[in-house]
Amino acid sequence: MKRASFLEHVAWTGAGIAYSLGAGGLLTGRAVAAGTPGTIEFVQISDSHIGFRQAANPDVAGTLAMAVDAINALPAQPTFVVHTGDITHLSTASQFDDARAILSRLRAPLIALPGEHDVVGNDFKPYLANFRIPHSTGGGWASWDAGGVHYIVLLNVFNFEKLGLLGSDQLEWLRKDLTAVGRTTPVVVFTHVPLYALYPQWGWTTEDGTKALALLQPFDRVTVLNGHIHQVVTHEEGNIRFASADATAYPQPKPGSAPKPGPVTLPRGDLLRAIGYRTVEIDGGNLRFEDSALG
Amino acid sequence: MSKLSNPLAVAAVLFATLGLTPPSVDIKNDAFAPQTLIVAAGTTVTFTNDDDDAHTVTATDGSFDSKGLDTNGRWRHTFVKPGTYAYFCQLHPFMKGTIVVKAVTQ
Repeated sequence: MKRASFLEHVAWTGAGIAYSLGAGGLLTGRAVAAGTPGTIEFVQISDSHIGFRQAANPDVAGTLAMAVDAINALPAQPTFVVHTGDITHLSTASQFDDARAILSRLRAPLIALPGEHDVVGNDFKPYLANFRIPHSTGGGWASWDAGGVHYIVLLNVFNFEKLGLLGSDQLEWLRKDLTAVGRTTPVVVFTHVPLYALYPQWGWTTEDGTKALALLQPFDRVTVLNGHIHQVVTHEEGNIRFASADATAYPQPKPGSAPKPGPVTLPRGDLLRAIGYRTVEIDGGNLRFEDSALG
Repeated sequence: MSKLSNPLAVAAVLFATLGLTPPSVDIKNDAFAPQTLIVAAGTTVTFTNDDDDAHTVTATDGSFDSKGLDTNGRWRHTFVKPGTYAYFCQLHPFMKGTIVVKAVTQ
């Protein structure tokens, strides 16, 4: 089922998008031009928090399974499914096992990034043992080309004391990676934590994100898709468009709308309308995406 | 004891040396309470997660780390060396706390 009207449908097309000032002074997007329905290139899911057992969602495994079933039932399978992090709640072996068991049912190949909940104690090993991205670097980040698009995975969940941080090694890798990419090639970047200062008071920012954005700014069409904040928020800086995704576990408050960013508890029916997955079509180099709720 | 001029510090040291309820830090609403805890060297502090989200108690200098503390999770750490220990939650880095460890003078 598509999302209820109080949660926005968002689509980007070559024709553009209308922005309105939402709660917290953030720009939220609403499609102004419907594109021709095309082929879903990839699907994004995020923030499954397998192992979480509190009132906001006592059955996070069940809702992740619902998302997997919905994706498997799409009329045509996407090229891949990307999970933008916080696969588990506390990085334990059993949580990774449970997550892998559910996600392995996806018919499309999975690319799964770690969130800070997947590297608790700054320990990268449990994540790597279960979800290493194919052809990724030693640091875990990666890039590849597919369907005329240059895809990049950046990891900003280490050294978390300083909020999101990419680090100089990863930034240098990004600089070199982009030297081989044409300016008109669409670039899609996946991260867990937002790359820009979405709401730094709650840690919704990447400390050295501006350095990555400076490297990406010369490209004509850049899209950054992330998780971490459990809600759809879109933003634009020059040629770079940003879109945070819903969780499959539970929603979090709009920036600044609550004393803290913790889990929001809703009645079951409302919960299913506040979590979901995102399908992305690529039409003539332009990304068009739609967020679908689970209920 | 006489070297401590802060009454709160004296109280904390007395509390600890007399073996009363162990000093504790409560984690609730994305905050550590008390945010600053003063204890005598050798005191074991109990950190309890009373929040609906997971947290960590992670020293800024790397000297201690609870790793993941789920809801209702408890973690104890004995502070041996006098000093001021800043810590934060790795999952919510805006959550910060301090443990001040005072030398016990005879």
